Amino acid sequence: MDIHEYQAKEILARFGVPVPRGGLAYSPEQAGYRARELGGKAWVVKAQIHSGGRGAAGGVKLCKTPEEVQAFASTLFGKQLVTKQTDANGKGVYRVWVEGASDIAQELYLGFVLDRKSERIMIVASAHGGMEIEDLADKDPQSLRRMIVDPAAGLSEFQARELAFQLGLRGGQVAQMVTTLRACYRAYRDLDAVMVEINPLVVTHSGDLVALDAKMSFDTNALFRQPQIAELRDRSQEDPRESTAGDHGLSYVGLEGDIGCIINGAGLAMATMDMIKLAGGEPANFLDIGGGASPERVVRAFRTVLADGNVSVILVNIFAGINRCDWVAQGVVQAYKEVGLTIPVVVRLAGTNVEEGKAIIDGSGLPLISADSLAEAAAAAVAARPRKAA
Amino acid sequence: MAILITENTRVIVQGMSGRIGSFHAADMIKHGTNVVGGVTPGKGGESILDRPLFNTVREAVEQLGAEASLIFVPPPFAADAIMEAADAGIRTAVCVTDGIPSQDMMRVKRFLRRYPAERKMRVIGPNCAGIISPGKGFMGIMPPHIYMPGRIGIVGRSGTLGYEAAAQLKALGIGVSTSVGIGGDPINGSSFRDILELFEADPETDAVMMIGEIGGPQEAEAAAYARDHMKKPVVAYIAGLTAPKGRKMGHAGAIVSAFGESAQEKVDILTAAGITVAPNPSSMGETMAMVLAARKAA
Repeated sequence: MDIHEYQAKEILARFGVPVPRGGLAYSPEQAGYRARELGGKAWVVKAQIHSGGRGAAGGVKLCKTPEEVQAFASTLFGKQLVTKQTDANGKGVYRVWVEGASDIAQELYLGFVLDRKSERIMIVASAHGGMEIEDLADKDPQSLRRMIVDPAAGLSEFQARELAFQLGLRGGQVAQMVTTLRACYRAYRDLDAVMVEINPLVVTHSGDLVALDAKMSFDTNALFRQPQIAELRDRSQEDPRESTAGDHGLSYVGLEGDIGCIINGAGLAMATMDMIKLAGGEPANFLDIGGGASPERVVRAFRTVLADGNVSVILVNIFAGINRCDWVAQGVVQAYKEVGLTIPVVVRLAGTNVEEGKAIIDGSGLPLISADSLAEAAAAAVAARPRKAA
Repeated sequence: MAILITENTRVIVQGMSGRIGSFHAADMIKHGTNVVGGVTPGKGGESILDRPLFNTVREAVEQLGAEASLIFVPPPFAADAIMEAADAGIRTAVCVTDGIPSQDMMRVKRFLRRYPAERKMRVIGPNCAGIISPGKGFMGIMPPHIYMPGRIGIVGRSGTLGYEAAAQLKALGIGVSTSVGIGGDPINGSSFRDILELFEADPETDAVMMIGEIGGPQEAEAAAYARDHMKKPVVAYIAGLTAPKGRKMGHAGAIVSAFGESAQEKVDILTAAGITVAPNPSSMGETMAMVLAARKAA
């Protein structure tokens, strides 16, 4: 689960990371007011959306007067900001962060991630921050320093100091860096984060470190014990289809194609999507209905997939272990009637109670297309597309 | 012999008195698995499915000689249940639970390191379908009837895609020695490499079907192991060719977040290591049949 920049800054500041003074605004007027309240001669106005690349997308601006702050903020509110990390719809701006402009002598990169190889928390740092980590890894891999933290000991001061010196920091900056690194580590560990990123972490002309931007992402499996983090969830930043599906126990990811997928199991779902692609089609979505799917859940899955207007055919592929083919088949028949389906549906059933399931599909009198294998199902779905059929 | 479980393995179920635990325990017993008892804290002294329940895993080990444990414990308590099994002297734990926090699994992995190799418990999962040696026994949630006994090992992250592979093999008259689901989480108990090692050493396994997916470094690590240390052929398939970068595809671990984690990159790494990669998920069985035939001819 992602949170906003300002929330990440508030959290990290509590652990001891130096952040610029700033204030949150829910309206252009409030943004102007925040600038006056903060004082100073220049302010940075930043759209709060769950995405990086906001600057390049026009979501961040340095303003010289409170009027300018207000005027720029008024262009942001309600806008769908499209960055290179969002889809074509972008993400809606409903909150704006105003902070005093920092003078920047140098930009560093600092990231904390779960390293799946060592199964520990890894710190990634670079003296050349300011660009996305992917670009940094691509253009300047030599500058990246990596350090793995032993969870039993935590991040020791000497390790943090070593990293600070490797980044070329000197004098009082070293102590500030040690404080910052250890604060980020504690925040990561204590709050069940999966990612903490400060980019850029700047050195000001007076030689101080300040976290100019901050990102945090959390382990959704741990939210049960992090209620204060769970409260920060912002549904306005989620794909409504994905969050609604999640509320119903369905794992859904919207994609660009037109073949809607209803499948059990994440691996089989990915494999079915691959098969569709190889058969010459494009999947509209990933959808895992999970184990023990009732007919009702199957109906819900149909509704979720159909909410995407691009879908022109639906492929149901179930290999039942704890699921039951007869239940799924009942769900398909029920969905066909309840939802008033008009597009072709291909159904492939295998595993537990497959004969009963097939009998229900074949005996339904509905124009359902049966398939026996994965390859057959994908080919049938591609062939059944009304549009683009050559 | 198969790996990890045979008809003689003395199995307990942690969380056996729960709805899901008792349902699957009953299925395991019905298919010949040697389930000797269960553990539910607070229900010690009671019984379920004609097997005794204990308060602690230690009592089940002491009184029943339990060697393997299937864990159906809710996510907040699952890591603790795994550590309890390790400390009680269980040899193999299979954890089906989906939704365990990553840091809990980090703790489990660290905890297991305290035991010397000969006493260290092997963890399969979490978030997996379990393990089955067809005709001998199984620990997990898979439908046992789709597997035919035979000499091919299967190891995969996904449950249902593993079923798909087993069914394709069966349709071609090829059976399975053991099928192992290592689970879809970013931190899991046993890696692809760990299971390949077991199959390589198993006299009843001739070849291995490895089913990977996007995310994480384990397929690359397994490829290097197969290239350098295995005599038995490995056939692979990697799911997620169409998965967009940075999006989580159902499994907590199925996300491309670093170099080498996309399906195509993994296919390239495996191919370079001399592993035959099935061109699509519908040809996992055929590809294995082809490799076996070539082997026989050679």
